[in-house]
Amino acid sequence: MELPAAWIATAAAVSRPGTASPLIEARRLEKRYGSKRALRAVDLEVERTGFLVVTGPNGSGKTTLLRLIAGLATASRGTLTIRADRHELGYLGHEGFLYRDLTAVENLDLYGRLYRVPERRERIGMLLERFGLWDARGERAGAYSRGMLQRLALCRTLLHEPALLVLDEPFTALDQEGADLLDGQLAELQGVRTVVLTTHDPERVSALATARLALA
Amino acid sequence: MSYLADVATLARKDLRLELRARDTLPAMLLFVVSTLVVFHFALPAGADEVAAQGLLWVALLFTALLGLARAWAPERESGALEGLVLAPCDRSAIWLGKAAAVFAFLAAVELVALPAFALFFGSVDAATIAGVALASVGICAVGTLLAAMAAASRTRELVLPLLFLPLAIPLVVGGVGASISPDSGRYLAFLALYDAIFSILCWASFEYVVSE
Repeated sequence: MELPAAWIATAAAVSRPGTASPLIEARRLEKRYGSKRALRAVDLEVERTGFLVVTGPNGSGKTTLLRLIAGLATASRGTLTIRADRHELGYLGHEGFLYRDLTAVENLDLYGRLYRVPERRERIGMLLERFGLWDARGERAGAYSRGMLQRLALCRTLLHEPALLVLDEPFTALDQEGADLLDGQLAELQGVRTVVLTTHDPERVSALATARLALA
Repeated sequence: MSYLADVATLARKDLRLELRARDTLPAMLLFVVSTLVVFHFALPAGADEVAAQGLLWVALLFTALLGLARAWAPERESGALEGLVLAPCDRSAIWLGKAAAVFAFLAAVELVALPAFALFFGSVDAATIAGVALASVGICAVGTLLAAMAAASRTRELVLPLLFLPLAIPLVVGGVGASISPDSGRYLAFLALYDAIFSILCWASFEYVVSE
């Protein structure tokens, strides 16, 4: 499904599903590493429950933008306002933030404790079941395949039911079954949570998107 | 209470990782015992107690450095430090949890090293034990912060000793002083003061170490 033309812009995106002040608001946002410009002059507004899809070629600044939104990097120029607390953020980066020598359950339990997830064990069990990892729950993450690690990283990201989900190429390494599971999860979250997602396959999430940002 | 719960969760995670992987504590134990054996044969017969006390501190300091170099390895290998930084806990809890785990490893090493030292070089008195305990707190507090800084560097193996050893000199002065001086209380008080000042500094500054 094609996105409405008015929602597509280069280095600027506005998503307005609601009327409250935007959850994410960026003005002329730039990031430099030394003399190298990693992200150039992005304007962005994402309302609560909006679904922003960020696309662009390698090196266009997609990951940099998501790291800025997550608070893992600071802007070199421009302003970025995130109207969400740290406990409301779920971030999936290129690395899953998982300890190789802990089992799947132990990894999720660690983050569940730090995020004060209520009924932690039930929530962990439900996510592992949903992402097809229940039978491998006692295995160390280091013994997982790349796709299983990505599924476990998604469980970690969703564990505390974040209001703002920031997903950097979440379909990476997932097999067809895993990708379908994630499709279903994103469809459930659409209109309920705010999602910012980067992908090289925008058609896959075009039905869910309320805005698209194409970085050049 | 939730702050202490976070510290306990993070420290327990490190102890569990070490129990699984066993890549730090066995190496520290082997290193400290080997060093004391080497010193035993290297020190001339009839060498005085003062020299032997100095060697104990050399062995402990470099063993601690070995452990500190591995302290953030699990986070570095998995990128998990960013995951912890994003968690809604106070960031100083990450430092305190790690320092507590490093202290546990160092205490385990000292439980072996002190009897081994007594075996090779003579008795260990209460002042020495107190000095070792107080110095260990300072080593873990300062070392854990510096190891986090070094972990972000490409040349971390060089950076950590270069940062840590100058800051550990007061600990060696205080530790050796407590072991050999008749007025050991003064040196123990000095070590306690070092621990208090540097623990507060490290606790307050960790946030800036893990922020971009």
